[in-house]
Amino acid sequence: MNTQTIPLNAPRKLPFYRRLSFEEAFWGWALIMPAVLGLLLFKVGPVIASLGLSFTSYDIISAPKWIGFQNYSQLVVDNYWLKSIQVTLWYSVLFIPLSLIIAYIIALLMSQDLKGISIYRTMWYLPSLVPAVASAVVWRWALNPEFGPVNYPLRVLGLDAPGWLTDPKWIIPSVVLIQLWALGTGALIFLAAIKGVPDTYYEAAEVDGANFWVKFWNITLPMTSSVIFFQLIISIIASFQVFGVAYILFSGQTTSDPAGPGNSALFYVLYTYRNAFGYFKNGYASAMAWVMFIVIMLLTLLLFRLQKAWVYYETAGDE
Amino acid sequence: MRKGSLMSKTFGLIIVGGGGLIMMLPFLWLISSSFKAANKIYVFPPQMIPDPFRWQNYVEVFTAVPVLTYAQNTLIVTVFATIGTVLSSILAGYSFARLRFKGRDVVFSLLIATLMLPYVVTMIPIYIMFSKIGWVNTLLPLIVPAFFGEAFYIFLLRQFFRTIPMELENAAQIDGASRLRILFQIMAPLARPAIVVVTILSVLDNWNAFMQPLIFLTKRNVWTLALGLNSLQRFETGRDWTHYMMVLGVFMVVPVVILYFIAQRELIEGIVMTGLKT
Repeated sequence: MNTQTIPLNAPRKLPFYRRLSFEEAFWGWALIMPAVLGLLLFKVGPVIASLGLSFTSYDIISAPKWIGFQNYSQLVVDNYWLKSIQVTLWYSVLFIPLSLIIAYIIALLMSQDLKGISIYRTMWYLPSLVPAVASAVVWRWALNPEFGPVNYPLRVLGLDAPGWLTDPKWIIPSVVLIQLWALGTGALIFLAAIKGVPDTYYEAAEVDGANFWVKFWNITLPMTSSVIFFQLIISIIASFQVFGVAYILFSGQTTSDPAGPGNSALFYVLYTYRNAFGYFKNGYASAMAWVMFIVIMLLTLLLFRLQKAWVYYETAGDE
Repeated sequence: MRKGSLMSKTFGLIIVGGGGLIMMLPFLWLISSSFKAANKIYVFPPQMIPDPFRWQNYVEVFTAVPVLTYAQNTLIVTVFATIGTVLSSILAGYSFARLRFKGRDVVFSLLIATLMLPYVVTMIPIYIMFSKIGWVNTLLPLIVPAFFGEAFYIFLLRQFFRTIPMELENAAQIDGASRLRILFQIMAPLARPAIVVVTILSVLDNWNAFMQPLIFLTKRNVWTLALGLNSLQRFETGRDWTHYMMVLGVFMVVPVVILYFIAQRELIEGIVMTGLKT
């Protein structure tokens, strides 16, 4: 609407910054100064430095040596690097859909005004607050093939318990299981989104005789799609950066396989960490980090492009 | 969805309640195991009630493991890093929300863009920087950066400050109050809910931190609880200290659970805020 009336005392049209007072600008910059310094010192600076380092060979003790694209060309033939990509992707492919779908179903079930909802909310949410180390301690026991309770139902059914944390095939599914323990955060976010859908939509649909599925597909899902989208992005970025649980459970148990049997828990960030702080190959590790950064950026951009096709925003935001 | 039918509610109760109970089991087992003898933890069928009941685990652990040092380090990091994060993020959040100045939106967008930046990318240069100034194996690398704001919390606080009516601030300005007084005497009290949320999230973040302590702290005397617990489960001493490991696990988890029960409402609100953004 470009037809608003201009009040009599309105200033004449000047460029944005000319209309502002010096005092306001001074305080504006003063208050963001710590954050600006932080941005430069701990984000922008290190990102640039990391890009620079990725073209060098650097062990911190002696000066970095420029080696051009050698780190990057080495990556492509590094079997461990390929393995770490495979591990991370396999984990992401399992974890992202499972965590989003289960969290959404739980939220959907919780949203129907259950009695004692705050107790259930607590039970589902608390595990996501548990520090990775403590959770690893508990799950190492729970997944133990001999003593762990996870195998108990399998035994009752007469099935052989897999070597969750020892059999290379089962290690990634085990990590997925451990991480799913913390899906309460996602469930709470979905719950709030589902609760936020106005009742009037459902009432209107009910007048037309819509059943549960019709309402779910045509109201609940589209109305919460922006939150699903946001959670999807967050869980992709998080899945690519799994470190703690893999390091704690599998790192350094044997010298030949530093990341679980057959390096089956060699997550991308774990391998980057090893290169930097285990083998002091800081240039190489920087190159690895940059490859990941570029992939995350491209993927996020791509998802934002694609979101128009399936994400529904109720109002065009004012931002 | 709206009110479900009796059938779907019953179904919901079974899944949500039953699943919830399963989610609780590892907690119960951790607490129960912390009272067991070392050789009674990995047994089948699992013992839920410890026999013998060894409350003395909680005494012995202090002589076996430098728990007090670990706890002290963890507390120092958590308290100071939280103070730093909250203070610096309030300043920036307010400025981005309410003050108009050239370059504001550019800086803000850049700040938000860093949310996408994986820690591995900045980790190595930051480590080099801190090692050059001799801060490795001190708690400073975990505390000092916190005083330079945290993009995500700045964003949350900015969003909240924007919802506070302009009138209050304008009135104070006409009365000649300085910007800082307006911020701390008028705006901050009004933004209390958001500040509480940011404080709790920051406490949790620092208490649970693993990767950064791992990188910067290699000497036992500066270790945090997380690092101490991690070393115990590697059986570094060659003895079976599984029961002490459980006690340390309880020490890590219980404060978090208490925090949850004290600030349940704020915490859940905060989680929802972080998920729904804008």
